[in-house]
Amino acid sequence: MDQSAATLPLKPKDYKSALKPVWCPGCGDFAVLNAITKALAFMELPREQVALITGIGCSSRIAAYTGVYGFHGVHGRALALASGLKAARPDMKVLVAGGDGDGLSIGGNHFIHACRRNMDLTYIIMDNEVYGMTKGQASPTTAPDWTASKLTPQGSGVRPFQPAGLALTAGASFIARGFTGDPNGLAKMLVAAMEHQGFSFVQVLSPCPTFRPEQMQWKHHVRALDAETTNNPIEAAQRIQADDGMSTGIIFQNRYPVFRPGTGVDAGMGSIESEFLI
Amino acid sequence: MSTRHPCDISIAITGSGGAGAITAGELLLSLAGKNGCFGMMRRSFGPQIRGGEAAAQVRISHVPVECMNDSFDLLLALDWRNAERFAEEIALHQDSLIIADPAAGEVPTAIRDLHHEVIPVPMQALAKDIPAARPNMVALGLLSHWLGFCSDEAGKLIDEVFSKKGEQIRAGSRAAFEAGFTEPLIIEAGEARPRPRRGEPAFDGARWHFNGNQGCGLGAIRGGIRFAAAYPITPASDLLEWLSPRLEQLGGSLVQAEDELASINMVIGASFGGVPSMTATSGPGLALMTEAMGLAVASETPAVVVNVMRGGPSTGIPTKSEQVDLNIALHGLHGDAPHLVLGALDHADCILTTEWAVRLAEALQTVAIVLTDQLLAQSTVLISEPSYELPDINARLVAEPAENYQRYVITENGISPMAIPGTASSTYVADGLEHCESGKPSTAAADHQLQLDKRSRKIEKFDYGEHWADVRGEGVIAILTWGSTTAVVREAARRLEAQGLTVKVIALRLLLPASPKKLTTELAGVERVLVVEQSHSRQFYRYLRAYYDIAVDTHVLARPGPLPITPAEIVGQFESWS
Ligand SMILES: Cc1ncc(C[n+]2csc(CCOP(=O)(O)OP(=O)(O)O)c2C)c(N)n1
Ligand code: SF4
Repeated sequence: MDQSAATLPLKPKDYKSALKPVWCPGCGDFAVLNAITKALAFMELPREQVALITGIGCSSRIAAYTGVYGFHGVHGRALALASGLKAARPDMKVLVAGGDGDGLSIGGNHFIHACRRNMDLTYIIMDNEVYGMTKGQASPTTAPDWTASKLTPQGSGVRPFQPAGLALTAGASFIARGFTGDPNGLAKMLVAAMEHQGFSFVQVLSPCPTFRPEQMQWKHHVRALDAETTNNPIEAAQRIQADDGMSTGIIFQNRYPVFRPGTGVDAGMGSIESEFLI
Repeated sequence: MSTRHPCDISIAITGSGGAGAITAGELLLSLAGKNGCFGMMRRSFGPQIRGGEAAAQVRISHVPVECMNDSFDLLLALDWRNAERFAEEIALHQDSLIIADPAAGEVPTAIRDLHHEVIPVPMQALAKDIPAARPNMVALGLLSHWLGFCSDEAGKLIDEVFSKKGEQIRAGSRAAFEAGFTEPLIIEAGEARPRPRRGEPAFDGARWHFNGNQGCGLGAIRGGIRFAAAYPITPASDLLEWLSPRLEQLGGSLVQAEDELASINMVIGASFGGVPSMTATSGPGLALMTEAMGLAVASETPAVVVNVMRGGPSTGIPTKSEQVDLNIALHGLHGDAPHLVLGALDHADCILTTEWAVRLAEALQTVAIVLTDQLLAQSTVLISEPSYELPDINARLVAEPAENYQRYVITENGISPMAIPGTASSTYVADGLEHCESGKPSTAAADHQLQLDKRSRKIEKFDYGEHWADVRGEGVIAILTWGSTTAVVREAARRLEAQGLTVKVIALRLLLPASPKKLTTELAGVERVLVVEQSHSRQFYRYLRAYYDIAVDTHVLARPGPLPITPAEIVGQFESWS
């Protein structure tokens, strides 16, 4: 992008790169890109103070489509890479994004540990209940009786994760669910997530028209959560359990100690070398 | 002064878990340092790392020593519980002396042969009469007397170490030491037998006292490491434990990650953020890291991995040494992924090699794997202060703010300026996907070729100077080795020289990229080559065959752990080689 043209306050488009997304027409991920850029513009964050870290998958391509710093890493490890960046550079605003396969299957361990570690990161899972990039296999959020994959023609036979519930039990301090059919609502939700002190998790229902065309009907099922955000994990757990996973809003938010390693104060080598002397 | 230096004595102290054999060994080595000696101590644990049995193997000499000797001159047993487990590791010779507590029962047959003289000292009984005393301090007194150390010096050391534990323990430990030091049996035995030979110290001056893990830690922070992420694994954990508070002191941090996949990715993230970063692990952890090391290579993000080798494959023999992760370090990355592999040759070299690796990784924006092993990492040496000089190496090439910044711009030396997040107008996306100069993903043949060339050029064309190997001596025979066997080879070479055979020792420090021309030059005039390594499948020998031209008669001494290769084994190779 033409960097010089953009002076503060930046507009959402100033947070986009010149690259044209490789996504299929109608892919939900476009709306996530728009919501992120809107949120960044709303927060008036200088582009160079933001980093977007992703794994591998259609959704993970998003890093290259923004004009902030980015790292398109390996499959499933975006949260780890982002945690290292945040530990070393607490001054940066660090966003992490990827698919449900990336975050909950191959990266599942990093997900639960990122929740409990509670670093100041915002993590977006673009949940399309399928592996888009590898052409349509079941993911950890796919229904057990989904038979359209050649890999599991009888269906996976395995019950799906409930990402919000998983985050809650793993100790996340901010849990929200958004929908690409409501990009403005999603942008607002992302602002709240980024303003939250600690680990904020946003599951975005992001349809894959190519491998899950039936998800184009989601817009008829998605509805706003019928309750205020709670800071009570028991209440949150009940709501998540009682729900079909289609209500959107900030489900849970609480203040937990934020993990910030190191003091940042360099006291010099001091006695370190002389410890070796006898 | 000269009478205070034992010539070259190897002592093993054994006991069951909690008997304090390791503490006694550590204090003995410190005392040797205070008495101007050189030395080394190897800790040997049984299969259970915690609890169980432990043995301290100490070698003390008036000249520098950096490996264990072939056998032990003295075995002191605090008790005989599980002694068979150590029998294999503690070779005795005909004149070895055994000091044992009669209360612990007979000397097991697995240990004793007809020749060994046994001095029965009632260490437990002596300690029992003193409040807060333990038999291991009696043992320290016995050994200190045996070695001719000064008891005042020892007293001061004991005060220093035990005053933290309270007055009662300090006083008890000191009294127990005195009881051992003045024990008539030891004095009498000492007079009746030839005492340890004594010699002039080779160097005066202060001694450094550290293990290889600490050496790597020091090298890392000297090189500029300020962030680490890691998952605990024997025998790398103590490196991490050493590093953690010291990184904090330097304004950095160490994060305990959920696994090695996370630790290496955290390192890459922190380094992307502009902070020199590392992790430390051992074989199984290194295996988990290989995918992300490919990412660091492709995205040109500096990262340092210290891998402390242990017996493998799989969980293998986690508490013992082997040089068996060479293959995975060299070849474990997927794709064409040029990177650096270095091996530390001895304790002092752990500092140099790790510092060098950090500087190289930063300058060349790539992955550097530093290989050490359990023997280096967990044995302590007493050496003169290590000094070394590294060639000038540029720090990471950081991009100035620029319009139309191109992260992976093609340059003559292959190194492209790296924008650090926070730098205005140079935002870019680091990518493991093949990319063009701007960083934009590309599958074009030309881009792939250009970027592959660039990534290999920056490593191949760099001038590594003289540090690629440590070469000592001259001769028509050369011994080629790497890693912790280097110190053993050097000692064997000294013995061979005493027999009139001159030997050149070539220890390879920089393993990737290989330096075939430099080795060819070093081998000019050499007629026979012996390769020494601790690996069942001859990993180092195969590596030499793959990368170097060695045109002369070559023999290989390659055997697995857990028992360290001894100088005598190497000398023995030449007896059968005609
Ligand atoms: C280690 C590794 N295993 C497998 C793959 C292949 N792979 C690439 S993306 C992907 C799944 C993508 O699904 P998801 O994360 O849900 O993202 P989406 O494409 O649906 O956005 C897989 C299995 C890989 N790149 N790396
Ligand atoms: S395959 Fe699905 S997830 Fe991937 S870009 Fe196309 S629509 Fe989006």
